[in-house]
Amino acid sequence: MGEVIYSAKPLWAVLVSMVAAFLILLTGDKARNLREGWTILAALIKFGLVFSLIEPVLAGKTIEYTLINLLPGVALQFRVDAFGLLFGVVAATLWIPTSFYSIGYVRTLNEHAQSRYFFSFAMCLSAAIGVAFAGNLLTLLIFYEILTIATWPLVIHHEDESAISGGRKYLVYTLVAGCILLLAIAITYSLAGTLDFVGGGFLAGHGSPGLLIILLIMFIAGFGVKAGIMPFHEWLPSAMVAPTPVSALLHAVAVVKAGVFGCVRVILFVFGPQLLHELGVWTILAGVVAFTVVAAGLLALGQDHLKRRLAFSTINNLALIILGVSLLSKNSMTGGILHLANHAFMKITLFFCAGAIYAKTHKDHVSQLDGLGRQMPFTFAAFAIASMGLCGLPPVNGFISKWFLCLGAVETHQLVFLFVILTSALLDVAFFFPIIYNGFFKQPLPDVAGKIDEAPLIMVIPLCATALFSIIFGIFPNAFLNFFNIVRLAVTNVLGG
Amino acid sequence: MAAPETTNYCAGKKTNYKKTSLKKMIDQLPALIIVAPLLGAFLTPIIGWRYQHLCHPWTLLILTIPLYSAVGALLKVIRSGPFGYNLGGWAPPWGIEYRIDYLSAIMLVLIAAIGLLAAVNARPAGKTEFKGKEAQLYTLFLLQITGLLGIVITGDLFNIFVFLEITSLSGYGLIAHGEEGAPMATFNYIIIGTIGASFYLLGVGYLYMATGSLNIADLATLLPALYHSKIILVGFAFFTTGVAIKMGLFPLHIWMPDAYTTAPNSVSTLIAPLMTKVAAYLLIRILFTLFAPHFALSVIPLATILGWMAMIAIIVGGVKALAQTDIKRMVAYIMVAEVGYIVMGISVMNRAGLTGAILHIINDAWMIFCLFLTIGAISYRGHGREIYHFQNLSKKMPLTMAAFVIAALSMCGIPPACGFFSKWYLIMGMITAKQWIFAATLLCSSLINAVLFFRVIEKAYLAPPESMGHGHEDHEAENIERKDAPLSMMIPIIISALAILLLGLFSGKIIDVVIQHAVPAIF
Repeated sequence: MGEVIYSAKPLWAVLVSMVAAFLILLTGDKARNLREGWTILAALIKFGLVFSLIEPVLAGKTIEYTLINLLPGVALQFRVDAFGLLFGVVAATLWIPTSFYSIGYVRTLNEHAQSRYFFSFAMCLSAAIGVAFAGNLLTLLIFYEILTIATWPLVIHHEDESAISGGRKYLVYTLVAGCILLLAIAITYSLAGTLDFVGGGFLAGHGSPGLLIILLIMFIAGFGVKAGIMPFHEWLPSAMVAPTPVSALLHAVAVVKAGVFGCVRVILFVFGPQLLHELGVWTILAGVVAFTVVAAGLLALGQDHLKRRLAFSTINNLALIILGVSLLSKNSMTGGILHLANHAFMKITLFFCAGAIYAKTHKDHVSQLDGLGRQMPFTFAAFAIASMGLCGLPPVNGFISKWFLCLGAVETHQLVFLFVILTSALLDVAFFFPIIYNGFFKQPLPDVAGKIDEAPLIMVIPLCATALFSIIFGIFPNAFLNFFNIVRLAVTNVLGG
Repeated sequence: MAAPETTNYCAGKKTNYKKTSLKKMIDQLPALIIVAPLLGAFLTPIIGWRYQHLCHPWTLLILTIPLYSAVGALLKVIRSGPFGYNLGGWAPPWGIEYRIDYLSAIMLVLIAAIGLLAAVNARPAGKTEFKGKEAQLYTLFLLQITGLLGIVITGDLFNIFVFLEITSLSGYGLIAHGEEGAPMATFNYIIIGTIGASFYLLGVGYLYMATGSLNIADLATLLPALYHSKIILVGFAFFTTGVAIKMGLFPLHIWMPDAYTTAPNSVSTLIAPLMTKVAAYLLIRILFTLFAPHFALSVIPLATILGWMAMIAIIVGGVKALAQTDIKRMVAYIMVAEVGYIVMGISVMNRAGLTGAILHIINDAWMIFCLFLTIGAISYRGHGREIYHFQNLSKKMPLTMAAFVIAALSMCGIPPACGFFSKWYLIMGMITAKQWIFAATLLCSSLINAVLFFRVIEKAYLAPPESMGHGHEDHEAENIERKDAPLSMMIPIIISALAILLLGLFSGKIIDVVIQHAVPAIF
């Protein structure tokens, strides 16, 4: 796997927002600007740290940092490879616009418990970067569990009946999943004696096929809960009671992607394509995920609540990523992993838009949006761009990842999966375009202002920026952050050569 | 030229002399661990006779000595392996031998550290709970710690009984001072506890009858020849039953929840985390040092029985805890389950399981300690212990509640808190032994703990329903007075919460340096 650099940068990238979290707590509600300053500062430093890792990783190096030994042969260890870096870059990059947006959102709506909100947010980011850079399963699990707990205060933020029950549901799903993961990881450790991720897997040759299949099911169930794979998806729409920036970053980028990330890690770096081919389970796995893709798309059609509709679209897209990876061909993997990044930019835009609409007009149902595009043209334009991307229309970045996914499906000679991917794109059109149509072309509802009256700039600029980047990454996939090269490298790491 | 040389020589000699005297001092450390708190306990009433208020500083002063000595002993064990200390210079097996190996050394540090912190914590609550009887409180307090330390340090079976009785009797005295219902709970505890102690004593008697020895190391060499003798089997049965009563292993736990719930808050922080752990230590000693590990596996199937009892303990403890609304009682029932964890780890008889059990003895002591400390602080500030009393408590006592949350998350096995790591080793032990049901039980139990604690956390951190919607915190902040625990409670609370996190992060180190040597080599 090439040269290994020993550097504490990954650790700092994790710690910076954790430190910021406690500074936020100490500063408290009395000095709001200072408190928000910590968030922005941490976001920028974190981005800088993660960004500086891109170059060495692309040069084929791995950045490693071992903190302490947790078990014989297993350390609390960070190891940044191309795949981890991709997730890290996405999370760290999108934290910056989300921070600005959050500030605008909570101040516009005069939210309560703002310190707790920003504290938990920063903790989540720490944990997400920890998940991204974890060098082995145990380190991954540790940050994964921290992520679980740190998200809870955000889900219950409104402290009303539905928030609390949403929070409970969230905890039940994720904590049970955590237990299953713990057991799965313990079994893995007792089989292989190691937990370090290896491109192409390390489980081959350990344990009987039956046990390995059970193990795979446990892993996918454990990580799949956060990734919203059906039938473990129920918590995600309920968790949409959280404030919108939370839904944006956590339920489109950090938390759910951590689940997807875990699934992919397990499929490609623990089991490995070779072993999955031998076990012959990849078609079943792909089948389950493909079901989720279509079913989530169909369910999204029926949602009138905008954020719930977006939640189902998230489930749909997350499953698409896992589908790409579990098809195990070069192009499908490229598409799947690239979609992890691309979907993040598009979906965060959509949530930002939903939040801007809610903050400005307190509307959160699709049926209330008639004509609102005239009042909030920028928001709706961004919404249109992002949803076009999710439908797979060029020149938005969703097109590229879906293109590779389709290529991959053709490569595996399983045309049913090609059909699934195309159907999901059609469904995307079916549930996104009515919103755009309603917004721009329907007769405005009486309460829609006649002139342009957007949400505060601090919210509109981030959402325009993420929409713009979705287009830029669609035309130049290697712009700024080198996403495409990173993905290529990650796939090469798995398949070799 | 000559003069400086001589001075140098003199100085050198002086340091040498100093070194030898220091070395002699260090050699006596094991005795100091017991003698200091014991003597201190006897002097406390004399001090308290005239100067009641000096009892607390005096206790603190005394308790630093065993802590210092215990740390010294632990370092010595890490440096040069286990060592013995012949009390009064009488060689074992005739004299009483203090035997300090890896396991007892780390237990000593644990007891001494928690003992000292509990003493720091005892002052504010003790003032009201033991009004005018503070001298008695601190006398019994010191005796209690003496007994706990003694059980761990001594290598003599009968001596263990003596210390066990010191612990129990002082414990009865302390617990009986508690709230309404405490005398009844204590009475139960006395009856059952005395039965336990008598069983233990009978066990000692049987072994002495068969071998004529009381020294554990000596017995360990004498016993294997007699493993199939009825006398030894009966003695073994009495031992394990007696110890199981003391550690509150299901179904012998009935005294425990009442006793620990009704005990004064200044006292339950000391007794609850340590008593069951020391009894668990004793079980490990009996199963693995006194008897050879295969005795409990092949000669009689005790390991299997213990495993299933532990499983029932975990389930019953968890379910009973779910039924409680009084949080102190809830934690007392959780302890029943936690004892189950430890025994389960012991019962699978493999390296990972026993490592997990020992690690859990340490971790759980800190978690329970932290929980009882926070509950004590909450009661001290006049808040009720029912779960609904926790409404908004995070705003009234933010630091205390933060510590409570850390302990709670550790109980649920959320990393990087220490509870996760002992759970990991326990589960590894179950997997190695292919005990899937036990592994599932452990996982279920941490989920039950999650339910238990998130009930409370939800209450404490979320605004009450009536202020919903319009009640943003600016209004509430004015009504709610922020008043955290007093400093002498806050210090132990913060230290214990930090200990939970640090023990988790450094669990690999602790296992490397200490615990892996404490596990019998044959595993």
